[in-house]
Amino acid sequence: MHRHHRAATLAAVVLSGALLATGCSSSSGGKKSEEGGAAASAGKATTPRMTVAMVTHASPGDTFWDLIRKGAEAAAAKDNIKLVYSSDPSAGNQANLVQNAIDQKVDGIALTAAKPDAMKDVIAKAKAAGIPVVGFNSGVDDWKELGMLEYFGQDENIAGQAFGERLNQLGAKHALCVIQEQGQVALEARCAGLKKGFSGKTDILYVNGTDMPSVKSTITAKLKQDSSIDQVVTLGAPIALTAVQSLSDAGAKAKIATFDLNKELVKAVQDGTIQFAVDQQPYLQGYLAVDSLWLYKNNGNFSGGGTAPVLTGPAFITKDNADTVAEFAAKGTR
Amino acid sequence: MSMTQHAEPAVTTPPASGPKATDGRTAQRPLALRLLARPEVGVLLGAAAVYVFFLVAAPPVRDGSSMANVLYQSSTIGIMALPVALLMIGGEFDLSAGVAVVGSALTASMLTYQLTLNVWAGVFVALLVSLGVGFFNGWMLVRTGLPSFLVTLGTFLILQGVNLAVTKLVTGNVATDDISDMDGFDQAKKIFASTFQVGGVNVKITVVWWLVFAALATWVLLRTKYGNWIFAVGGNKESARAVGVPVTFTKISLFMLVGFGAWFVGMHQLFSFNTVQSGEGVGQELIYIAAAVIGGCLLTGGYGSAIGPVFGAFMFGMVQQGIVYAGWNPDWFKAFLGVMLLGATLINLWVSRAATRR
Repeated sequence: MHRHHRAATLAAVVLSGALLATGCSSSSGGKKSEEGGAAASAGKATTPRMTVAMVTHASPGDTFWDLIRKGAEAAAAKDNIKLVYSSDPSAGNQANLVQNAIDQKVDGIALTAAKPDAMKDVIAKAKAAGIPVVGFNSGVDDWKELGMLEYFGQDENIAGQAFGERLNQLGAKHALCVIQEQGQVALEARCAGLKKGFSGKTDILYVNGTDMPSVKSTITAKLKQDSSIDQVVTLGAPIALTAVQSLSDAGAKAKIATFDLNKELVKAVQDGTIQFAVDQQPYLQGYLAVDSLWLYKNNGNFSGGGTAPVLTGPAFITKDNADTVAEFAAKGTR
Repeated sequence: MSMTQHAEPAVTTPPASGPKATDGRTAQRPLALRLLARPEVGVLLGAAAVYVFFLVAAPPVRDGSSMANVLYQSSTIGIMALPVALLMIGGEFDLSAGVAVVGSALTASMLTYQLTLNVWAGVFVALLVSLGVGFFNGWMLVRTGLPSFLVTLGTFLILQGVNLAVTKLVTGNVATDDISDMDGFDQAKKIFASTFQVGGVNVKITVVWWLVFAALATWVLLRTKYGNWIFAVGGNKESARAVGVPVTFTKISLFMLVGFGAWFVGMHQLFSFNTVQSGEGVGQELIYIAAAVIGGCLLTGGYGSAIGPVFGAFMFGMVQQGIVYAGWNPDWFKAFLGVMLLGATLINLWVSRAATRR
């Protein structure tokens, strides 16, 4: 009866925990302090129901990709579209997911081509089956060749260059570009673009993006190793916020600017701990990709004439315009 | 594996009476050899070698604050490597350890924020959840008799999905909301994520906890009945049961200990970064296991120590940060880490062979 006894003890502990929990609420912060705000919503189209598959190379649980999905969902709700979202970071698996969508005979496919070669065959198959394919987020150099209808995204290299030029204006001399996933094409392209646009020296540092304590101490170590670094450039919002702590740990005077946003980051730009952020507007990418398939189906429209991409960034968020963005970031849509 | 115990006092001197004829069975082996046969000696040598190496190769390492940084990185691995090592001595694995850390942090953070509770309430419930996950792992293992690799691979995948799905369901986002302005946060931060000064150097509190837990684990392993049970169930479960060791209790409690470690590191992450991203933690479980193995614990169970994984984690942290301090080409980082790990295990193997040869 030993086990029964222990189970009873456990139940008692859980119960007392629940009681304890109800008895001690926080007087500040938390859900109660949140202001109500409805998500962007509009009417619904009366066009026939259609199905769109969105297939990305996102790793699950990433804030950035969540925004893309929210944008796609908003467009789907408005256009009377059934959205089938799937993702896999490995290129082979992603191609299988596209094949899966073709087998389901969807009306349109929106996909990211982070590894263009792996997507070539399935895109050709989709076209053969008469399914329009639009690209977004990744593959700005390859979408035409792959035979996609149109493309929505940011040219990472151009964004990196613009970032570098902004740093020139701000007078930075030595930048550290922090990459959270070694060998990821888009991230490497940002740092390469930065190197091109920035007139000072650029170093690259790889960190393990799935382990924040390690990110923190690795950036600290680098700042210690080279005290001439006066500018930290991060490629994701959580990494930027962690770099703030690294800076104080290392006692370094460097400044921080970053690619991509989230709501804590917008706050940090507002209070000046982070200089600026470059937003590629993921919500817009997801929204436009889905909406464009609706337009194509119902009115034959497509953007860019099959030659030019539609650029969604870079949009610079600084102290001056952070307030307008903050409202949307707090809702989790920007 | 046979039961290998190392609890005898190390100060006894070898018999002084010359080359008197002995039959070799009762003879005390020389002190040096007996020391070398301890599981943590190989890794101690390895860690010292790595430390000296970077001391020479990377000038910034000589600075006290750099050492504090290396120790911080090591401690976040090391706190988890301890229960993982005990579990491994007890003959089992836990592949869910990495995501369990994030799961615990998510639980505390979301509960606190969504119900607008005092932070401590969230911390407390997260502890229960973590212990519960550990209990589930152990209970499944004992009940089904499946290898722990399979059982915990299952919980690893379940937790990974639950972390993401529940966070999305509750917050509408994939990261939790900032709880740094809530009641009890500062207090909890003092315990889990504060910094103090030692001779002008800022040291993170996790380093202290790491060493305290290591001392505790060593005492338990070498001086208590429970420690004997751990060695026994990892050595041979059936014979352990035959001599009256409560195998079920020992295994389940070891998994719950890993749950406790996951909770502690999870709380550290929550209180030092204010928010948690639900996709983190994947892959960390292998680093904890690696630290334990480098630290001289056998993958097959029944052999190991608690001090070994401390040096194992230190070696990991030292290499990880040392490469950055040395300013080497970062492209090679992972390859270099791999070489270091292989090297360390080879030293281990060589030392234990040399020590047990007669």
